[in-house]
Amino acid sequence: MGGSTLLKESGPREVFCGLTSIVWLHRRMPDAFFLVVGSRTCAHLIQSAAGVMIFAEPRFGTAILEEKDLAGLADAHEELDRVVKDLLRRRPEIRTLFLVGSCPSEVIKLDLGRVAERLNELLRGKVQVLNYSGSGIETTFTQGEDGALKALVPLMPITKSDQLLLVGTLANAVEDRLISLFNRLGIERVVSLPPRQSTELPAVGPGTKVLLAQPYLTDTARALKDKGAQILQAPFPLGIEGSRLWMEAAAKAFNINATLVSSTLDPLILRAHKAIEPFRTQLEGKRIFLLPESQIEIPLARFLHRECGMELIEVGVPYLNREMMQPELDLLPKGTRIMEGQHVENQLDRVREKQPDLVVCGMGLANPLEAEGISTKWSIELVFSPIHGIDQASDLAELFSRPLHRKALLNQNQLANA
Amino acid sequence: MELTLWTYEGPPHVGAMRIAASMKGVHYVLHAPQGDTYADLLFTMIERRGERPPVTYTTFQARDLGGDTAELVKSHISEAVDRFKPDALLVGESCTAELIQDQPGSLAHGMGLNLPIVSLELPAYSKKENWGASETFYQLVRTLLKDTLKEDNEHDPTAWKTEERHPRVNLLGPSLLGFRCRDDVLEIQKLLNEHNIDVNASAPLGASPADLLNLPKADINVCLYPEIAESTCTWLERNLGMPFSKKIPIGVNATQEFLEEIHDLLGMAPPNQNLLVQKSRLTWYSKSVDSNYLTGKRVFIFGDGTHSIAAAKIAKEELGFKVVGIGTYSREMARAVRATAKEFGLEALISNDYLEVEAAITNAAPELVLGTQMERHSAKRLGIPCAVISTPMHVQDVPARYSPQMGWEGANVIFDDWVHPLMMGLEEHLIGMFRHDFEFVDGHQSHLGHQGAKQHQFDEPEENCFENLPKTDSSEIIPIWTPEGKAELAKIPFFVRGKVRRNTEKYALQTGCKSIDSETLFDAKAHFGA
Repeated sequence: MGGSTLLKESGPREVFCGLTSIVWLHRRMPDAFFLVVGSRTCAHLIQSAAGVMIFAEPRFGTAILEEKDLAGLADAHEELDRVVKDLLRRRPEIRTLFLVGSCPSEVIKLDLGRVAERLNELLRGKVQVLNYSGSGIETTFTQGEDGALKALVPLMPITKSDQLLLVGTLANAVEDRLISLFNRLGIERVVSLPPRQSTELPAVGPGTKVLLAQPYLTDTARALKDKGAQILQAPFPLGIEGSRLWMEAAAKAFNINATLVSSTLDPLILRAHKAIEPFRTQLEGKRIFLLPESQIEIPLARFLHRECGMELIEVGVPYLNREMMQPELDLLPKGTRIMEGQHVENQLDRVREKQPDLVVCGMGLANPLEAEGISTKWSIELVFSPIHGIDQASDLAELFSRPLHRKALLNQNQLANA
Repeated sequence: MELTLWTYEGPPHVGAMRIAASMKGVHYVLHAPQGDTYADLLFTMIERRGERPPVTYTTFQARDLGGDTAELVKSHISEAVDRFKPDALLVGESCTAELIQDQPGSLAHGMGLNLPIVSLELPAYSKKENWGASETFYQLVRTLLKDTLKEDNEHDPTAWKTEERHPRVNLLGPSLLGFRCRDDVLEIQKLLNEHNIDVNASAPLGASPADLLNLPKADINVCLYPEIAESTCTWLERNLGMPFSKKIPIGVNATQEFLEEIHDLLGMAPPNQNLLVQKSRLTWYSKSVDSNYLTGKRVFIFGDGTHSIAAAKIAKEELGFKVVGIGTYSREMARAVRATAKEFGLEALISNDYLEVEAAITNAAPELVLGTQMERHSAKRLGIPCAVISTPMHVQDVPARYSPQMGWEGANVIFDDWVHPLMMGLEEHLIGMFRHDFEFVDGHQSHLGHQGAKQHQFDEPEENCFENLPKTDSSEIIPIWTPEGKAELAKIPFFVRGKVRRNTEKYALQTGCKSIDSETLFDAKAHFGA
């Protein structure tokens, strides 16, 4: 085990930038607002990725830089002050304002840290102003969440008491379920980052043990470690096995009796195996190719191979954090091709050559691959859906079996085109 | 800086992508960071395209900025040319690359590539998507044709007569992510063929660079979408002497005027009037007794310039509606929309802020909204029927069926698309009237959904007829509604209730009434004539 083949390539990439994670972050913390300081492209990106029209007034927006801002005719700081004041007048319910850096704001070296500092003085605690970068020259897709959470860490109060801290956005229902399971194991105090209200930040300190719920929180983990927290090493809570190992890591850190752990989790595992079986039958032996996007590709690949019997052709990741991924890499079959970075054209050539049964990819690539007869699964769907934990394992498997099921259904019922 | 929660148009390089993706044999190398690749999904998801847009993004990163980003641009250009072997290459930059000033266009020109290269300069911090599309199309046509220009630009639009052939036209402007362009092209082609006029080329949608080189073979140009093609048509007129048509064939009257203009430009005898009107069912459907209830329906229009102007004319002249508001998000078309608004005795709303548009809709109290996908959402919130007439659009606005907006069939489609939501609106009213009858099955849902239906439930008039109305200036003393007055107000159909309420309060203030009962309401109604 653990003999994955680690490869790298570079070239044109087809991934979202860190701004995209605002799409789920703003839903998690309804009292927070995400103000991107950027261009019309940034505004267009978020609305296109999010399909935001369902909101009367979304909790994110863009301060669009204009010609006069770039030419130095307008003072960027004064302009931002004006925009922020305007925004807060319209949205008095906002408690936390994230100023989010973008490619243009990074390139013109707009110091959002300083802007946030000054705005905090101005607003005197009525609204907390934070900043991070979601720019595409520095971050991909889910890394935006890492930046946002890291920005919250300095505001977390200090505690010495023992507690378990879950880090990374989870669907509320999934989070409730996981917390109640930890409680059953005897871990009394379980808190989450991000919290459900931006003002209800959990405390952190030497007694805090951290379980990362998502595999893209490198910087946040480091910041929490600096606050004295202990980061627990474990695979990520996707699938039965990953979720079990993840929970066991916490149980071990809290010295929970192994018998209690197995008597609590075993019935759930048994039930989950039963639930996953019909999907496993459909997925077994099928070949899957994961293109890089969300950073959860490696845990997914581990689940799809070990619990659903799928063959891994290639597992793409935007970037590889070896240390954080080691428990996952250890579980992958020998020789698994892990491709860090991307040359989208060459990678698509490999997809065409290998003719996989299923490709996990971004929304820009899905229909073109479908048109070539290759079934796809959107990776963005995986960051929105409640897929974490033992109880969700069958739902996760179902997400992957659905496109295959559909293809079989249509091929059976439609007259062949040929 | 401009605070934007949602934008009607994307950045100008998305406009350039629309031109590249619309055509065959054109590739676009875009100097841009990785996040900008989101734009692919506009084509593969909204337009449901089965192919990727022909765009290579350089996807430079922060660490490249210290080094040689120019080399990065060049390597992507040569790789794209090798792999895709385009007949013409567009080279440009997105907002971020514009700041680092690598000038990818000049770099491409210096590479000794043996194909036409168009260097695009699309200022991302001042211009938007439609402008970018228009500029790209113009630059592409100009680059391909400029070497073929002759000293004299003598062009005879009636040459078809002496050459003993059918007259030929170019259809310019249809593009991907435009509104119903795919079907408009087919409809206009069919329309012109009926009058023995051939289509020489249709561009950019479906055209190759070779087709653009052949543009001068047509007798005239047909400018179907001024947002995209007007600058190109103007250039072709100025440099090649090719005249172009200005009428946009959306609606029965406009289609007729369009045909007359085309015939005139080509030196043909005018088309037979009587034959024309019968070609669309809109005229008869609108005359039929069933359409009586359409009379004077209050309609609010917002969209791009072309479709808003066309919609206003159809609404008034062909359906007998009353236009109570018109506007556009397109600065380039502001003048034309203002002129149309003036004809209707209105002031045009020129805005890129959907909340401002929503407020204007609320104030105008229309019974039908014709807008973009954003107005559909606003109208849904306000409980007002809506039809989408313009981009930006949703995947559901790219229907599988044939549904043009232009020509005779386009007018049929428009009749259905605009009137069906109103039928539903009438149905809503009937549901309200009959909801206390024992036969009425509770839980009936119209297309307006829970929210729409909730606002005009008739058994809770006290709260509901005061919802979703603009706040009156708090300094004014608002007369009090008596329970009887409220009950009368609740009987007014929901879509005009807000208007009636405001008029009545205004009337009460003017006449010094301190409370409003049913009599005050009827007095006000008589006073305002509505």
